[in-house]
This record gives sequence, structure tokens and C-alpha cells, in this order.
Amino acid sequence: MNDMRIADRTVSTDTAKMTARGVQVYYGENHALKDVDIDILGGTVTAFIGPSGCGKSTFLRCLNRMNDTVAVARVLGEIKLDGEDIYDKAVDPVTLRARVGMVFQKPNPFPKSIYDNVAYGPKIHGLTKSKAELDQVVETSLKKAALWNEVKDRLHAPGTGLSGGQQQRLCIARAIATSPEVLLMDEPCSALDPIATAQVEELIDELRSQFSVVIVTHSMQQAARVSQRTAFFHLGNLVEYGETGQIFTNPQDPRTESYITGRIG
Amino acid sequence: MSIGLITLIVLGLAVLGFILGRQRALSAVKGDPRTLHSLPGYYGWSVFLFTAVPALLLLVTWAFVQPIALNSHVSAMVPEADVASYGSTQLVMADVRRIADGLDAVARKAGLDEVGLEAMRADLTDMRGRLAEVGVALGSNVVPSVLDAAKEYRSLSGELRLAMSIAVLLAAVAGLLFALWRINPKQRARNLVEQFTLVLLAGCSLIAVATTFGIVFSLVIESVHFFKLYDFRDFFFSMTWNPQFRGGSDLGLWPLVWGTLYVSFIALLVSVPVGLMAAIYLSEYAGKKVRAFAKPAIEILAGIPTIVYGLFALITVGPFLRDWFAQPLGLGSSSSSVMTAGLVMGIMLIPFVSSLSDDIINAVPQSMRDGSFGLGATQSETVKQVILPAALPGIVGAILLAASRAIGETMIVVMGAGAAAKLDLNPFEAMTTVTVKIVSQLTGDTEFASPETLVAFALGLTLFCFTLALNVVALVIVRKYREQYE
Repeated sequence: MNDMRIADRTVSTDTAKMTARGVQVYYGENHALKDVDIDILGGTVTAFIGPSGCGKSTFLRCLNRMNDTVAVARVLGEIKLDGEDIYDKAVDPVTLRARVGMVFQKPNPFPKSIYDNVAYGPKIHGLTKSKAELDQVVETSLKKAALWNEVKDRLHAPGTGLSGGQQQRLCIARAIATSPEVLLMDEPCSALDPIATAQVEELIDELRSQFSVVIVTHSMQQAARVSQRTAFFHLGNLVEYGETGQIFTNPQDPRTESYITGRIG
Repeated sequence: MSIGLITLIVLGLAVLGFILGRQRALSAVKGDPRTLHSLPGYYGWSVFLFTAVPALLLLVTWAFVQPIALNSHVSAMVPEADVASYGSTQLVMADVRRIADGLDAVARKAGLDEVGLEAMRADLTDMRGRLAEVGVALGSNVVPSVLDAAKEYRSLSGELRLAMSIAVLLAAVAGLLFALWRINPKQRARNLVEQFTLVLLAGCSLIAVATTFGIVFSLVIESVHFFKLYDFRDFFFSMTWNPQFRGGSDLGLWPLVWGTLYVSFIALLVSVPVGLMAAIYLSEYAGKKVRAFAKPAIEILAGIPTIVYGLFALITVGPFLRDWFAQPLGLGSSSSSVMTAGLVMGIMLIPFVSSLSDDIINAVPQSMRDGSFGLGATQSETVKQVILPAALPGIVGAILLAASRAIGETMIVVMGAGAAAKLDLNPFEAMTTVTVKIVSQLTGDTEFASPETLVAFALGLTLFCFTLALNVVALVIVRKYREQYE
């Protein structure tokens, strides 16, 4: 773990982009998430860490209402995006998901060309007026995702033909093409090799200038490398939340300390 | 000994071999199966297979070859002149076989022994009369050479049957002893059984392939006969279908092909959108309870016999379309119409399209849906832009399967569309299809060797070529999209 790097980094803003208060999630009878309060800051990378089944992915999926697609899931409590309750009846989950983008654990490019994969979001939301503008969005997104140089000559080749790391960067490009305000990443590097992981991590760091990024990860090194804020979940509870350097060097809760030193997991 | 009895004996020997082999394997290691290469049962099976398989293969081969060899041997005994009086060698041989069968009964009735039977002579006895008494009716008097041939046939086939029994049983016993002798703890009986399983499985797929070729071959042969009697240009380029009992028919293909394509087209026009949308509803929107009820309910449609659909077309749909659409619109007054058959056939095909498409759509990974929802797409956008393209190869397959069914369907067309071969665009006119005409030409009163009957085979071959072409097109489409998507 590179402690020096953590210490160097500062949180960009202190304004809360998303706030969660008293969030409970039930999967049928199973109480998966208990009373979570958290503020996701703007322009910041927030890492969720914790052992498997601790509720970190569940909470991530609450933030863009992806849990709505799971029939047995029930979400209670209040989550606000820019002060607006996203579980309010007036909020359309479909538009919400355009504002809060998501990248999944396994790369899941659509069975379309690279171009169409990236253009998918802008097209369905009508973000561009002309073909030229769409081309521009696709190019910028691919550039931001550090994929442009590798695919610019084969934009119309199938996205599924790329390597695993390229596919994941394509999925990131696809997510940022809709210009979300928050980008959720659910273990985005778990299916990637170290080189591709390094590329994606570098990318996450660059993305934070434009979006708030929330990343769920099993790798504490990764959390330490990419995030400014870290939240530790355990058995459905948010145990500790604070600056990444603070969490990793001087945790307040004994459970956090046990986890990051490898005694529970 | 009859073939059934021989088979039973061979199988009995094989079972015995199984038991013996198992015991022998166990006793070779003093009852400790762990030191054997394979489980004891595998040694039993190896003996079973060595006993039964070669013997039964011999039996089958013999049963096929014997009649051919016997026929060629015996038919050589009948001189050309006598063959000429019968018309053909085939007819002579038919009589020879019937006389040979009848001889036993004659001998039993007259109390003759083998020698007496041998002494019977066609020019001295009224063979035709005596055979008629025992129930073997012959078309003409028995010529001496034919009677001799029949006697030869009878005695030879008896001898050969006996030889076959002995050979098969010997093969079984030899196989049994050989396999028993081979057994030792190091023998790889398990691998042997595995290899046999492989051969068995490969053999079964070979049967399917060989049958297809056999069917095509027989179609081709009869079609060649047809084209010898009827000019292929008239068949392929004539626009009229007008078979006559007395010859001089117009047997043009196109009115039938047109009817087939028109009816199938309407059927697909009904079944593809309805079936596909039903599949999308069931797999993407419907809750568990609705799905558990609706899916089997739709599949019940597939279980209705086509003749019942035909009745539905004849009694309900046909008159309804005539009274409410065809007559008010001035498009005709026939209750049999392309529209009737097409609609009813379309309903029949809905479960084919929906059930297959539903399975295929369900096979699209959930991660695709998540990815699309995660970008803020609605459910229908996800279906239209992500799921359907991903499922397209399979859906095309489902549609082409439905198309093949539609092209081959007969009953609904007979009862719904009528039997008039017409080239017409009006969907409320009665028309007919290739399959219907195959049935009516083959079941007609004309003699078999006339073009009016043989045209059925040419039509069948045409139909086969159509569905084959359809399948090839399907493969090409599927492959094209696979390359693009995977």
C-alpha cells in the first residue's frame, strides 16, 4: 500500500452530491442493509469496501434505483441527489439512471458495434442533434475512457470482440457518454488483469474531475489507490466512513481495523 | 428357427455372458474389486457386448443378403421365354415365392413327404388348381421351369435359414468364450464399453442422416421417372395446373407454388408478430404467476391436431370471412380462401414462434439488461435495441421453423383454402398448395406409372428443395449475425 500517495491527495469539494439517510434494504425477509447514512461528495472518488455479502453492492444499486428491477427488493429511507429525493414518486427511475450511470462487475458490452455501444445512451436520451454531434460524443467518451487510440480504426467492429480490459473501458465510455453526474462502479476491475486494472484505475482518477465516482471494490489496495473517501460496510451496517488516508492509517472502529489488517473478511 | 427366436437366444447368451464375465473378473482378483482396472460390471458388459453385437450384426446382414442372393440364383433358372410370358422377372419371382410358400400347404394337405413333393411335375399335375385349394391364387398356369425354380427356392431358403441359425449362434458362443478368455484384472473393460457407447451414438446419428438421404434418393428416382414421361419445361414453366384422367394434362408447378407461398406468407404474417410479442411479454414483462399459467396455455395450441384447426377453418373462420369481409368488399363469395387457411395456420404457428423465441430471449444474459437499464433505457428500448438483436439468430431460427411447418402443412389447407389451383392475388379466392395436390394426385384413380401420379414425387422434391433453401438461408442469416455479435 502506497501510504505516501494517500496522504498527498485531498478531497476536491465538500459539497454533498448525494445524501442517504436511514436507508434500509430488504430482499424478501432478508434485511440486507441497515440504517445507512452517508454523504457522497462531488468531484470525489468514494470507495465502498467490506467483506462479501456486507451490503456494499446493494447500497450502490440503491443509488440509481437498479434495485427496482429486482422484484423482491424493498428500499426504505431517503436518498437525495442534489437535494431531490430519488425515491419520490415524481422521479422517473429511467431519467435518474441517465444522471447516475453504472459500470458493472463483468464487462457487458451490447452485441453491437463499438460505436453503437457508446452511442446507445445519447441516442435513447436524445442528447445529440446531428450525426456529427453524436460522432463527437462517441469520440470524446472513448478518449476519456482511454480507448480511442485502440479502437478508432474499427469503430464498427463488434464491441464483444475486444479484450476484457478493453470491453470494460468500453462500458465506462458507454456510461460516460450520457454525461452522468455520478458514476457508480461495481467492482469494475474484478474480471481484469493487472495491466487493464491499472488503466481503469488511472481512468477513474481522471474521471473525478467531471463526476462523482462511487466504486465498490474487494481490493483494499485499489480503494487506497483510487479513492479520497472510503466507507467500510460490515454485515449490512455502515461501520465507518471518512477520508481514505484516515480509514487506512487510523481507523476509529475496531472492526475496520480488523478488516483492513486482514483479521476479518 | 425364426429370427425372433434366434435373437432371444443370442440375448440370453449375452445375459449369461454378463453374469459369467462379472464373476470371472471378481474371482480373478479374489473378490477385491479395487484391484480391478474397471468396476466388475464393466467386465460383464464387455462379455455381453462381444456376445450379442457381432452375432446380431451377422443376423441382420444375413437377413438382408439372403433374399437378394436367393432371388438372383433362382431367377436364373427360369428361361427367357418363360419370363417373357409373365412380363417381367419381378413378376416371375413373385409367383416363385408364392408357389414356394404354397408347396408346404399342398404337401400337408395331400400327405406328401419331401420326396413326393420333389416328384411333383407341373406338366402332369394341375399345380394351379392344387395351389388354389390351399388359398394360393395364381394369375396363370404353372410353367415347369417356374415350379422347378419354386422347389429350388423352397429347399434353398430352408437350408440357408438353418445355416444362418447355426452361424449366428456360433458367432454368439465364440464371442462369449473369446470375451471370457480375455478377462484379466488389467483389461480396460471400462474403456471398451465407452468405445462401444461412442459407436452406438454415432450409429444413431448416422441412421438419421442416412434416412434423409434415402428419402431424397427415392424422391429423385420417382421424379426422374416422371420427367421421362412429362417434359420438365412444361412442369417448371407452365402456368396452368389441370390434370386429366385420360392423359394430356397440364401439370404446371407455379399455381401450386404460388398457393403454398401465399398461404404460408399470410400464416407467418399472423404468427410472427403475435408469437414474438407474446414471447417478449412472457419473458420480459410477465410476473412469475402469469408466466406459469400463460406459457403452458399458449403451448396447448401446439397440441391441437391440425385436422381440428381444419374444422375450425371450415366451419367458423371461412364463413365469417366470407360474410363480413369478402362479400361486403366484393372480393368473392367463397368460404374457402387463402385468407382462411392462412389465418388459421397462423394461429397454429403462434406457439412455435412464441415458445422458441421465449426460450431464446430468456437465454440473453441478465447483464445485457442491467447494462441497458443502467444507462437509463426503458424496458421496451432495452428489448428493441439490446435483447432482440442479441437473440436474433435464434429468433430467425424459430421463424424459419414455423415457415417450414407452414409450407408442409396439408390438412388446414385442404379444409380452409379449397382445392382449386389458381394464380391469383385476391386473398379471398380459393387456392391450393403443393402438399394438397400431392395427396390428391397419389390417391387418385390413375395408374401409378402415369405422369398424373408420378407428378406427386416431383412436387415433393420441389417442396423439399424449397424447405432446404429456406434452411440454408436461415443458416446464412444466423451465421452472419453471429459473426457480428460474438
